[in-house]
Amino acid sequence: MARISLRSNTNDGSELTQIRSFLTKLDVQKYVVYLGFLAIFLFFAATLHDDGFLSTRNLSNIVLQTAPATIMAIGLVFALSAGEIDISFGSIVAVSALVAAMVMRGQPALFGILAGLGAGIAIGALNGVFVAFLGLPSFLVTLATLGLFAGVARSLTNLQSVPVLNDFFTEFFGSGSVAGIPSLVIWTLAAVIAGHLVFRETRFGAHVIATGDNPNAAQVSGIRVPRIRFLVLTISGACAGLAGLLYAGRLQAAKYTLGESDLMTVIAAVIVGGTALTGGRGSIVGACVGSLLMGMLNNGLILMGLSVSGQMIARGLIILFAVAVSLREFNR
Amino acid sequence: MNERLNDTIAPVLSLRGIRKAFDGIVAVEEFSLDLDRGEIVALVGDNGAGKSTIVKIISGVHTPNGGTLHLDGKTVDFADASSARRKGIEVVYQDLALANQQTVYMNLFLGREITHRPFGLLDRRRMMTETRKLLEDLDIRIPSTRSTIRNLSGGQRQGVAIARATRWAQKLVLLDEPTAALGVAETSKVENIVKSLKDRDLAVLIVSHNLDQVFRLSDRICVLRRGKQVGIRPTGETEKNEIVSMITGLA
Repeated sequence: MARISLRSNTNDGSELTQIRSFLTKLDVQKYVVYLGFLAIFLFFAATLHDDGFLSTRNLSNIVLQTAPATIMAIGLVFALSAGEIDISFGSIVAVSALVAAMVMRGQPALFGILAGLGAGIAIGALNGVFVAFLGLPSFLVTLATLGLFAGVARSLTNLQSVPVLNDFFTEFFGSGSVAGIPSLVIWTLAAVIAGHLVFRETRFGAHVIATGDNPNAAQVSGIRVPRIRFLVLTISGACAGLAGLLYAGRLQAAKYTLGESDLMTVIAAVIVGGTALTGGRGSIVGACVGSLLMGMLNNGLILMGLSVSGQMIARGLIILFAVAVSLREFNR
Repeated sequence: MNERLNDTIAPVLSLRGIRKAFDGIVAVEEFSLDLDRGEIVALVGDNGAGKSTIVKIISGVHTPNGGTLHLDGKTVDFADASSARRKGIEVVYQDLALANQQTVYMNLFLGREITHRPFGLLDRRRMMTETRKLLEDLDIRIPSTRSTIRNLSGGQRQGVAIARATRWAQKLVLLDEPTAALGVAETSKVENIVKSLKDRDLAVLIVSHNLDQVFRLSDRICVLRRGKQVGIRPTGETEKNEIVSMITGLA
């Protein structure tokens, strides 16, 4: 039922056509992140068995550590699929975490949460205004806001870290758990499910992909392309804001360095997860698995005893390889 | 649906004394044309004669500087492409306006996706079923409604673009050089699809450079020269030489 053959005469090699169309549909690229995840997992499981890679503690640490990056990746899938890019999310993470922490010095957690998320949404919307309504390229706009808000984050507290002493907040976003499931995992799962549903199953998601695929076609089909561009960058900002709250909750403190080093990891996770840099195709679940893959890689390389410089080189090479494999199909 | 019941005498679309100038340079002047349901009219003319200006005026991309448009006898004003589309005019663009990495069925419903009632989630099954039915009706053959556009041939893509226009047009389908990029076999296939639109009681306006095609498809031929309409001929009562001399202005 999935495939219909509208050919009237079925004996002119249509079986061959069907096989070929089956093979094109089963593009390796779509599954590369899952295969890569499995391969790297098995590799580390075999080589690092005695170093505790497989211990429950280590595996759950990987999941907890990747939670903020996964949330950022979800936002980036929306931006990239619509043909835009957001490289400012690292600074948004820091500003959101700091704003939340500063508000909570004198106010209840709810105000901190709203202020932190609000800061993320506001900066994302600012990116969106420049890109969607002034027609500037998102790469340049978010490059500028990356620097701008990195500066804001530094000046907010004069480079000082702000402790988060609000117990409700640190449990809600960090150490707490429901029915034995850590709150970070719940946040990640909720974000992935919500992101996936919006991206795959709503008209908005379809319009995001159409805008990234062919903006002219989207425009003449009645899709308000500038609105989509504004919204994807706002969503990316909101996700970065949430990631900032998760960092602040887990570390029980906020600092300007939060999110600073996540740029490469998150972009790599998203691309490896099957989202096209050029727009028109994306996967939230893929980005989530890609993010876990990056976290596992990080963890494994540390357990292997690589120096920091060695880790950076190994990670860079692996990302290069993974991105090459991911994009190969695209240039077919 | 079939609106023949209304049986209005007024043509579906009527252009009266249309004028359009860009920075003082006149592109179209005193252009008048009536389009009826179940009729294919060809718009021909040399490069720069003003064909694409006419297309853009009808599709709402350009607003004319003078003259009026009437839709089913009522004066209309197309603010932009969406307002023309809302009023039942669909355009098949030269560059097809398809999203190449998406499926056939999502392209058919691009910007007008069907959703389930309660949660507003996409109703893919219904979109696929409708797409399959429409493609079967129009005899457009593609491997699957879930095929990706970029895996289709040029003719199949054009078929999808025309199917989409057919699906949404209530009054008029505008085709801008629909076979310019196609081979011989695919051209004839697309021509058959265009002909079948007449049975759907739609008015069809086709812009084409290919005079053989114009004679194969159209009921009437409208000739443009230097922005002016120089004549409309019933296809059965004219011949190529006459049309060529009208296009070139050489007797």
